[in-house]
Amino acid sequence: MNPLEQYLELYRSHRDEIDANGAPVLNALRDDAFRRLEGMTLPARGDENFENIDPGAMLAPDYGINLRKAPIEFDPGMTFRCDVPLASQSVMMNVNDTFAAATDAYDSLPDGVDVGSLREFARLSPAEVAEYYGRIADPGNPVVALDTLLAQDGLYLRVRRGVRLERPLQLVNILTGTAPLMAVRRMLVIIEDEAECKLVACDHTQRDDLDMLALETVEIHVGRRARFDYCHIEESSRKTSRLSTLYLRQQEASSVNIDGMTLFNGTTRNEYHCRFEGENAGLRLYGMGIEDKERVISTYTHIDHAVPRCKSDELFKFTVDDSASGAFTGRIHVAPGAVGTEAYQANRNLVGSPEARMNSKPQLEIYNDDVKCSHGCAIGQLDPMQVFYMRTRGLTEAEARLLLRQAFMSDVIAAVDVPSLRDRLHMLAERRFAGMETACGRQCAAGKCNK
Amino acid sequence: MLKVTDLHAEINGREILRGINLEVRPGEVHAIMGPNGSGKSTLSMVLAGNPAYTPTSGSVEFYGKDLLAMEPEVRSHEGVFLGFQYPVEIPGVSMVNFMRAAVNAKREYFNQPPMTATEFLKMMREKRAVVELDNKLASRSVNEGFSGGEKKRNEIFQMAVLEPRLSILDETDSGLDIDALRVVAEGVNKLKTENNATIVITHYQRLLDYIRPDFVHILYKGRIVRTGGPELALELEERGYDWIKEENPE
Ligand SMILES: Nc1ncnc2c1ncn2[C@@H]1O[C@H](COP(=O)(O)OP(=O)(O)O)[C@@H](O)[C@H]1O
Ligand SMILES: [Mg+2]
Repeated sequence: MNPLEQYLELYRSHRDEIDANGAPVLNALRDDAFRRLEGMTLPARGDENFENIDPGAMLAPDYGINLRKAPIEFDPGMTFRCDVPLASQSVMMNVNDTFAAATDAYDSLPDGVDVGSLREFARLSPAEVAEYYGRIADPGNPVVALDTLLAQDGLYLRVRRGVRLERPLQLVNILTGTAPLMAVRRMLVIIEDEAECKLVACDHTQRDDLDMLALETVEIHVGRRARFDYCHIEESSRKTSRLSTLYLRQQEASSVNIDGMTLFNGTTRNEYHCRFEGENAGLRLYGMGIEDKERVISTYTHIDHAVPRCKSDELFKFTVDDSASGAFTGRIHVAPGAVGTEAYQANRNLVGSPEARMNSKPQLEIYNDDVKCSHGCAIGQLDPMQVFYMRTRGLTEAEARLLLRQAFMSDVIAAVDVPSLRDRLHMLAERRFAGMETACGRQCAAGKCNK
Repeated sequence: MLKVTDLHAEINGREILRGINLEVRPGEVHAIMGPNGSGKSTLSMVLAGNPAYTPTSGSVEFYGKDLLAMEPEVRSHEGVFLGFQYPVEIPGVSMVNFMRAAVNAKREYFNQPPMTATEFLKMMREKRAVVELDNKLASRSVNEGFSGGEKKRNEIFQMAVLEPRLSILDETDSGLDIDALRVVAEGVNKLKTENNATIVITHYQRLLDYIRPDFVHILYKGRIVRTGGPELALELEERGYDWIKEENPE
């Protein structure tokens, strides 16, 4: 059976409930999504750009979805303390698919920052939200259409013209429950002209014995001369699936940094669709994935240089061990009129076992001559001479390999623009490479993590 | 301390060492010379335990223990040090972290607690002075972006930190100008005691003006074809390597 059918059926039978617990602005797009989905199939493994991942199969199980938005019993004290790199910062939370702010989250924020539940803001200021909701996400992407069909809540962040937030905002996404569950979320970010903001988001799964799926569509609008930093960290579980699709639009002279850090996961698809719409804008898009056991990661990036004189800098690094698998597709499109473009892309991978797989696919489409572009991909092993050199100084082979793998990721982490988070990421990567089995969240529950 | 007996070794199935005999006692300095490709670096790699090289027959004893049976890191703890002809760059691993890991690995081997940060930094300062190594290099990645001379100094610095019983210095002089050569050679001499020994591998005799060898060996086609005192190096300097080749035809 087409795995979409169960969701279409759910929508037919529960439409009123979905709408009642959503918001009119969100509800307004559902019928269109429904009609489109009726004629679609989900991508399957082997389709173009789906070398190692099967969204159809990921969405096939009969997950529970909390359409009624029944309150979830949840003790936030357990999981999220250790995941907060920005200790003094107020923290917002998404529990499954529902926004649940920490009580003091807004107290310290300046005027001109709207941040909180997408559902609440869509109810309170429908016109403002409707102007941006669903505007840049591609309804022709079946995974996005499914999200649009079912999404009822998520994060809304709007920083008004000229407002500069010094301290980063933090969002903790938690998957929790007592049965297999699918969380359908949405994120809508609007950074107005000359505004500045940093957002750190992390994904956690509280129980590692349940199948969980996070379906997420992110839309980010960045205005003229505005700045936005978005660092996303996944520390979920082996049985967690993540289907995240991000859309970014940048206006003139804006500057955006995106970091996608996958430390612990199960099966992850991250898509980044980025587009310059104003000149002299810059984007740094970096990411890493530490993959072992049977973990799967698939990253798809598309940077569209639609206008002249923008600069993109892209770096993704993966380590794949055991029977893990990774895939990276990096599309860069430079339009005929986009003169003075600079576009740099690199994808480097360490493959640590004969069963591990890595697939790397740069796709450059450059339609004018006045560009500076480079791309490189490398798939390799640790250099045996480096390992030997370190051993002659007394390090064991394991220690040498650990240091070298940390070193491999160090430039990706070093680029993160939040110093305390950088330290945290170095530490997490070190523990990860040292073979620590459990995700940070669960160690913390055991009280070990906050030291 | 070191006794090499009829050592044969190969790489990628090709025999490079074809019966090496060499004995080194505490307090001695041995020079190994020979034309390019004769197997000098191979010998140093085999003694340090590079897994790419396979000893096929013969034996190596180090203080009575079977050196060839030891992992490279154990050889290091036991006191074998190799100064590389081509020191390896390790981007992303800082010199400081690398040396701390090295020092503490050795201490752990001898059941000693790790050094405190203060002790460690003091020690680094002292050892840097031995080869006048720039403080700035300590915070950089291992050998990355170092000049040729800095790399060689860095090898001697690591030797100073690890205090080996036997140092094998593979062409530590190559690529150095005369000032750098003097600094490196003086560093080696400062570290010399009557309890440790040094094998200097070199292509030219000029290093031996600074580091006086007790023995000079000529390695050719995987064998030591001649052994003498310092005068042998001078003879090589005068006559070149051709007579060695003529005396040892295919
Ligand atoms: N990785 C390798 N594979 C095959 N042959 C090698 C390799 N490394 C060195 N050799 C060969 O071994 C011989 C000795 O090399 P080497 O020990 O580096 O000599 P030296 O240090 O005296 O110049 C040379 O003929 C060289 O070509
Ligand atoms: Mg050599």
